[in-house]
Amino acid sequence: MDFPLIWAVLIAVAVMMYVLLDGFDLGVGILSGFADDDAERNRLTASIEPVWDGNETWLVLGGGGLFAAFPLAYAILMPAFYLPVLVMLAALIFRGVAFEFRHKAVRTVTKKFWNGAFFGGSLAAALSQGLILGAFVQGIEVEGRAYAGGAFDWLTPFSVLVAVSVTVGYVLLGACWLILKTDGATQVGARKWARRALVGVAVSMGMVSLATLSIDPRVTARWGVTMATVDFSTFVILAPIPAAAVGLVVWLWRDTAPTAIGKPDWRAFVLAAGLFLTGYVGLAFSLFPYNVPFAKTVWETAAHDNALGFLLIGAGVLLPAILVYTAYVYALFWGKVTDKDGYAAHG
Amino acid sequence: MEIDALILSRLQFAFVIAFHILFPAFTIGLASFLAVCEGLWLATKREVFKRLYLHWVKIFALAFAMGVVSGVVMSYQFGTNWSVFSDMTGSVLGPLLGYEVLTAFFLEATFLGVMLFGWSRVGNKLHFVATSAVAVGTTISAFWILSANSWMQTPQGHAVDADGRFYAVDWAAVIFNPSFPSRFVHMLLAAYITTAAVVLAAGAWQVLARRGAEPTRWQMRMAAGTLALLMPLQIWAGHWSGEVAHEYQPAKVAAMEGWWETKVGQPTILFAIPDQENERNIAEIGIPGLGDVIVGGEKPLQGLDAFPAEERPPVFLTFWSFRIMVGAGLGLLGLGLWGVALWALGRLDRPGLFHRLAVPGGALGFIAVISGWVTAEVGRQPYTVYGLLRTSDSVAPVSVGQVATSLLVFMIVYAIVFTAGTVYMARIAIRGFDDAPPDETRRAPGTPLAAVDAPAEAPAAK
Repeated sequence: MDFPLIWAVLIAVAVMMYVLLDGFDLGVGILSGFADDDAERNRLTASIEPVWDGNETWLVLGGGGLFAAFPLAYAILMPAFYLPVLVMLAALIFRGVAFEFRHKAVRTVTKKFWNGAFFGGSLAAALSQGLILGAFVQGIEVEGRAYAGGAFDWLTPFSVLVAVSVTVGYVLLGACWLILKTDGATQVGARKWARRALVGVAVSMGMVSLATLSIDPRVTARWGVTMATVDFSTFVILAPIPAAAVGLVVWLWRDTAPTAIGKPDWRAFVLAAGLFLTGYVGLAFSLFPYNVPFAKTVWETAAHDNALGFLLIGAGVLLPAILVYTAYVYALFWGKVTDKDGYAAHG
Repeated sequence: MEIDALILSRLQFAFVIAFHILFPAFTIGLASFLAVCEGLWLATKREVFKRLYLHWVKIFALAFAMGVVSGVVMSYQFGTNWSVFSDMTGSVLGPLLGYEVLTAFFLEATFLGVMLFGWSRVGNKLHFVATSAVAVGTTISAFWILSANSWMQTPQGHAVDADGRFYAVDWAAVIFNPSFPSRFVHMLLAAYITTAAVVLAAGAWQVLARRGAEPTRWQMRMAAGTLALLMPLQIWAGHWSGEVAHEYQPAKVAAMEGWWETKVGQPTILFAIPDQENERNIAEIGIPGLGDVIVGGEKPLQGLDAFPAEERPPVFLTFWSFRIMVGAGLGLLGLGLWGVALWALGRLDRPGLFHRLAVPGGALGFIAVISGWVTAEVGRQPYTVYGLLRTSDSVAPVSVGQVATSLLVFMIVYAIVFTAGTVYMARIAIRGFDDAPPDETRRAPGTPLAAVDAPAEAPAAK
């Protein structure tokens, strides 16, 4: 069995799960900064409080899984992203505790501080994840078995563009989640935010896609597209991915219209998740088989086969179980949030 | 000592892991305490156990959140600051940590949502299942972490490939390495004891503040009983752990004991200032020969002179952290026995000297956990994988500026978060219980029970 390949797919799925799940709750966190009043902010946080912790665990699986399956990739990438990883962790700490702390604070100033920490932490986490993704896609300088670049290699116009793209994308996911979980004025506001974010996503995703083509000749060759020419025989195979993205943008635009009467509230979220999926799959096609672009492949960085096999037994049994009980908890908390939900009501 | 990325990375790791371990040490025990309370409530239908549950679950939620966010930091530390170590050990330690995420993290994190917010949506029994799942998850988590750390202390079941990387040849031998069983038991008991000390301290405060209610009486009895029961076991587990260390890490034990010379008739040293440079103790007060009795040998016991200077751990830290741990443990044993005696005499609910001492005693468990881990981790220096991979060969190729920045950021962030969290938890813990049982519906402000759910910063009722 090709264990490295199986694990590459598994970790890609884990990161995708993280992006979709923590993506919407980070997005809700960013939107909480624009809530009309405290009651609305409480509804926003109540919609994610029962699930955010489980969502964030996919990030631990991504980090832990990378260490377990591809220790060399983990050993090269983490020092390369030292500072943005630091920002991400600090941001996640602030927003994680702010879920609770903002309800424990009573003085206006401390309450404001933790509300600000929740918004700012969500925003900084999203931006730093985007910077990490951008730095990953643009390629890593490696010598031997170690990172050989500088402390700020991750900061380029391209990585900033990706950071904006990811952040706006999280806001889109968050807004679509709120369409599903809220009603009344909050839901109307969520539709507005979803449309604003969708415009940003469409523009930035298009720009990132074009910029990605010029990063490395191997990416260009895979898509058959350069800035000047198109090799249709190559492009046509992968063309369904961008085509699907365009289709989803149009559908989502119609689905988030202010008068979206008769449209099911869950559909916008599913469409937004689909849009993320197209971007993700597109990137995966561009970069495979590198997990340290463009220096090391999944096979060069893999752990020993017996380690991959040993952990695969566990993953094979436990991941389906995790998906089942995660789905159970989502189903349990299905429905619109009310003022009786969340920490605000339960102390 | 020169300030380089290595020393800063070590400081940073010590700082973030010491901060992190406080929360698992508390939440492992508290999750089990909550499961016991809820189980007793289901079995006996006595309201007092539900009130205990509803009270402590609020503190649990805060502690758990801090444990989660400081734990995410840990899963990235190995890569950002110890990338060579990660590359070398990934094929052995990676799967152990992977199993922790798969078997424990998801279980805890997912069912925590049900535990905190799901009571109105699931029945009592299913809610108990959720609480138990969280408690079991925290215990499984400790299993894997202790296994991974113990492999680093007493590695076995592995081989080394052409690149110099470790890989497993026998997974059972890796997981159940020689120091794992004793250290796992020692840590689990430490978690239960730490929690019991906190629960006792909160109860003692309520008694002193004349705010003791029926749940206060119960929590005092449960906590004192737990301490009196588990502390003797813990002393045995610590001794067991020491015996294993003596067999596999004699340099660590020599440093813990402050033994410089290899000889028969080693003393048990009560006080000394180890002087690493001149290989001696200053102002030593000890009981000659007792060391031999404790270890139980006729042969000469190795001192630090049996190891070259570059193979010795920092003696001062190892020596004193061990004594602080033992001292804190004896304090907890004393509190437990005293508390049970007062219980038997019917005086546990009346404020007295015991209660005044039990309040600061709530910190003893944390002190013991931190100092015990310092003994274990400093004592196995200068290695990350004992005898095989040196700490100085494990560090990542990051610049001193980057590590200095991250250390500073973590110190500021943790100072803010830790202070706020401790204040919020302490306010809930000492607020105590109102005398009427809580009902299941939400209460309007101004009703007698509003204080129970009032935000922590509100002035305490009465």
